[in-house]
Amino acid sequence: MKPSGNLRTLTDGIIRENPVLVTLLGTCPTLAVTLSAVNGIGMGLATTFVLICSNVVISLLKRFIPSSVRLPSFIIIIAGFVTVVGFLMEGYAPALYDSLGVFLSLITVNCIILGRAEAFASKNKVLPSLLDGLGRGIGFTLALLVMGGIRELLGAGTLFGIPVTKDFIEPMRIFISPPGGFFVFAILIACVNYLIRRMGKRKPLEEMGCSGCPASGACHAACDKKSTDEEENMQ
Amino acid sequence: MKEMMTILLSAILVDNFVFSKFMGICPFLGVSKKLDSAVGMSVAVTFVMVMATAVTYPIYTYLLVPFNLEYLKIVIFILVIALFVQFVEILLRRFLPSLYHSLGIYLPLITTNCAVLGVTMLNVDNGYTFLPSLVNALGAGLGFMLALVLFSGIRQKMESCDVPAFFQGMPITLMAAAIVSVAFAGFSGVVEGIFQ
Repeated sequence: MKPSGNLRTLTDGIIRENPVLVTLLGTCPTLAVTLSAVNGIGMGLATTFVLICSNVVISLLKRFIPSSVRLPSFIIIIAGFVTVVGFLMEGYAPALYDSLGVFLSLITVNCIILGRAEAFASKNKVLPSLLDGLGRGIGFTLALLVMGGIRELLGAGTLFGIPVTKDFIEPMRIFISPPGGFFVFAILIACVNYLIRRMGKRKPLEEMGCSGCPASGACHAACDKKSTDEEENMQ
Repeated sequence: MKEMMTILLSAILVDNFVFSKFMGICPFLGVSKKLDSAVGMSVAVTFVMVMATAVTYPIYTYLLVPFNLEYLKIVIFILVIALFVQFVEILLRRFLPSLYHSLGIYLPLITTNCAVLGVTMLNVDNGYTFLPSLVNALGAGLGFMLALVLFSGIRQKMESCDVPAFFQGMPITLMAAAIVSVAFAGFSGVVEGIFQ
């Protein structure tokens, strides 16, 4: 791969194919942990670490993993790195560890990571896989930072814990409660759709679910497609 | 009994997995378009949640805790869930083909559904014993079903609405989810009140 190709691999994940805002993956952590900007960054960095490591390892091992058991193997590799990141965070950032709670463990089933393992790392060399992981990770972190920043500013009147509008505007607590998560995410995606349409590059993703999930090629059950691949699966 | 009912109703209404814990958002948004697929998916999820809890709880309590291996729980739990889902799929395909056709297609999706791993982890983290864990898993599954079924009705209504161009598709769906989520937020405190 040419250097320009590598650069493209890196930047694709940040902007053109931002995993959260454009391809709508990893919605659970995006909605759940973004109560503050710090939480968003912490979750983003933890996921980036797991994404880079699992991409590299899977890319190295791609010849040795039989394709029939590749998904369980990928998940186990990912789960191992999630355990590592859990230990690191518990040791060095215990406050963050507590506030992320069970969602730190749930990085294991973040479909961005499994999706990249399946769609990219298992087909490419180590360096592009590393850059791909880094790019998607940065894209994910930025999206979570934006979500967390908006929710913290509106819901608590602070940003990174520093009071901003707290003293003169009553914080709207609904933004740091679950409905606020859905609301802010809806507005953010609407803004991204507006930008995509204005630039006229392509249609934004309107549907979501298995068709949008990159693991759908691997898992043969596309949601609303009723068992048409039956014969295929029997083989 | 009272304690079990409290756990069950809390898991369904107050701590609804979709609207207050944000777990299983992908299947929630992906499969809630039609009522029958919503029901199929949530029945499969409920079944796997209860069974996964029934399998992982003994493994955690009698295998990991005595040997101080609690830190392996993520790896072990996801492995057990993946194996279990695969096993159920094979059994259904072999012995109950009709059920496989209606539910089986959702099973592979469930392995990577964070609600299933989430409920097994939360049971352990909350320190529930065996029976409360099962009840909590059942409640989580039923809450997931309630969310999907309610939302599939809303989405069918939304099909005929006139939505601004850049709100079409995902944004308006999330907006509707926000409003339903406000309704679920109203349940907080209700369950404790019922049983006092």
